Amino acid sequence: MSLLRTEGLTRIYGGLKAVDEVDFTLPEGEVHALIGPNGAGKSTFVGMVSGRIEASAGRVWFDGREITHLPAHKRIRAGMAYTFQITAIYAKLSLFDNVALALRNRDRAAAQEALDHVGLAERGDQLAGYLSYGHQRLLEIAMGVAQRPRLLILDEPTQGLAESEIAEFNALIKRLAGETTILLIEHNMDVVRALAERITVLDAGRVLARGTPEDIHADPAVQAAYLGTG
Amino acid sequence: MIRDLGLHLALIAVLFVLGLTLPDYHQGNMARILVLATYAVGYNVLFGYTGLLSLGHAMFFAAGMYGLGLVMQHGGWSPVPAFIAGLVSAALLSVIVAVLALRTVGVAFMIVTLMFSQSAFLTILYFGTWTRGDEGFVIPQAARQVAGLDLTDPVTRYMAALALFSVALLLVLWLVRRQEGAVLIGIRENEERTRMLGYNVLSHKILAVVMSGTLSGAAGAGYALLFGYVGATFASVQYSIFPLLWVLLGGAGTTIGPLVGAVFMFYLIDYSSGLTNAYMLIAGVVLVLLTLFARAGIMGEVRKRWAPWLP
Repeated sequence: MSLLRTEGLTRIYGGLKAVDEVDFTLPEGEVHALIGPNGAGKSTFVGMVSGRIEASAGRVWFDGREITHLPAHKRIRAGMAYTFQITAIYAKLSLFDNVALALRNRDRAAAQEALDHVGLAERGDQLAGYLSYGHQRLLEIAMGVAQRPRLLILDEPTQGLAESEIAEFNALIKRLAGETTILLIEHNMDVVRALAERITVLDAGRVLARGTPEDIHADPAVQAAYLGTG
Repeated sequence: MIRDLGLHLALIAVLFVLGLTLPDYHQGNMARILVLATYAVGYNVLFGYTGLLSLGHAMFFAAGMYGLGLVMQHGGWSPVPAFIAGLVSAALLSVIVAVLALRTVGVAFMIVTLMFSQSAFLTILYFGTWTRGDEGFVIPQAARQVAGLDLTDPVTRYMAALALFSVALLLVLWLVRRQEGAVLIGIRENEERTRMLGYNVLSHKILAVVMSGTLSGAAGAGYALLFGYVGATFASVQYSIFPLLWVLLGGAGTTIGPLVGAVFMFYLIDYSSGLTNAYMLIAGVVLVLLTLFARAGIMGEVRKRWAPWLP
């Protein structure tokens, strides 16, 4: 059964169609990567899925229910979690307070467990703003995971991470795969190859191709538009 | 948790002892400061914890003050129901202001609250027949009696002011230790992140405005009842700025900061006016120094340097 489905989803900025009638289906349990050049409309698309951005046209279903007009916070409550492209944590609050807000309760043990997932367990009382950039990204991912979402949306999670941190990230996502459906916007093709079961390629707001990593790699249109011919 | 509560109860106990031991002059001052600090505690819920800067809180203070004063003066109500009328007036006004003003953010929110407050001020002047405008009216001593207690007696008045302040203080402590309080702080720190963690930002902001406005109204009603005077000055811009100053000085987003700020400011002006006629100059210099070297306010600096657990 599909967990997420969009039909004709469109967003127009001025005269520009940032996302142009995208039909998209995401089966439950899948790790799906959304790739495409800058400005292809990836962030706008997940923005409309999560409710941050209002759709100009089209419809969205989540878990069998239409959510096109549902406000963002209700979509999150319904089982989505969203991590921002630009790190969005509470810099002036402790790691514990950050995670507690994500958990929607003040249970210390649960927060500790969530921090443990990303190897930040000993830092619960530190202010999040004092963490290194890589650790801040991991904290944000921990906040997403802590919600035990049915759909986890990650907008360029590995941007700015060091190689070793990327390896940790990959391991974390692999642990989640199977229990959580994951929609991943990613530029790092190594990460995409390591994690994604299926890929959708967006270009200029339209779906250029979709399929398994092998299909996408072999697709001539994708090679021309995105991967280059080398 | 226990430590927090212990600290606040100890503070209340100290203030209680002060009420019995302070010389008359300071006892009178402190009674007034406690009521004004209650106002600042209310202001702090919105500004300090939620991060919304209102320039119009005098309207809530005045709503409480006139809500109580008018029904006592013209309706002959006794203090307790009149106090409730004050609370209800402030709560109603804050619901209306919340729903309208929260459509704006940032500077626009400041201006909209300022405009609402000015309208409230002008409304009070317009209905001068009942409100007696700028001149105001006095609530006679005979009317300020509750259950055999004479609220004009200095010790009783001090204890009533302390009771009002303590309720407000503990209420805010309770709020910030709950998830709702954490969400308000989350909105202050990063509104979009908070929305995308599944919280209804608007309804939390409405809660903050209503709680802040109602506490401010409680302070206004308490002021009228304990000091026996109701006047339009309390609805003027000046009285919207005062709580902002107290909270900034004492420490925005700290439970105790509003009291510390109110005490500090009151005695700074009191002391410096004993030294020179140019006392506002001294007060001004001290304020500039504080904003330069203690940007988080007095309790904010204490929290930053020594006690990160302070709520």
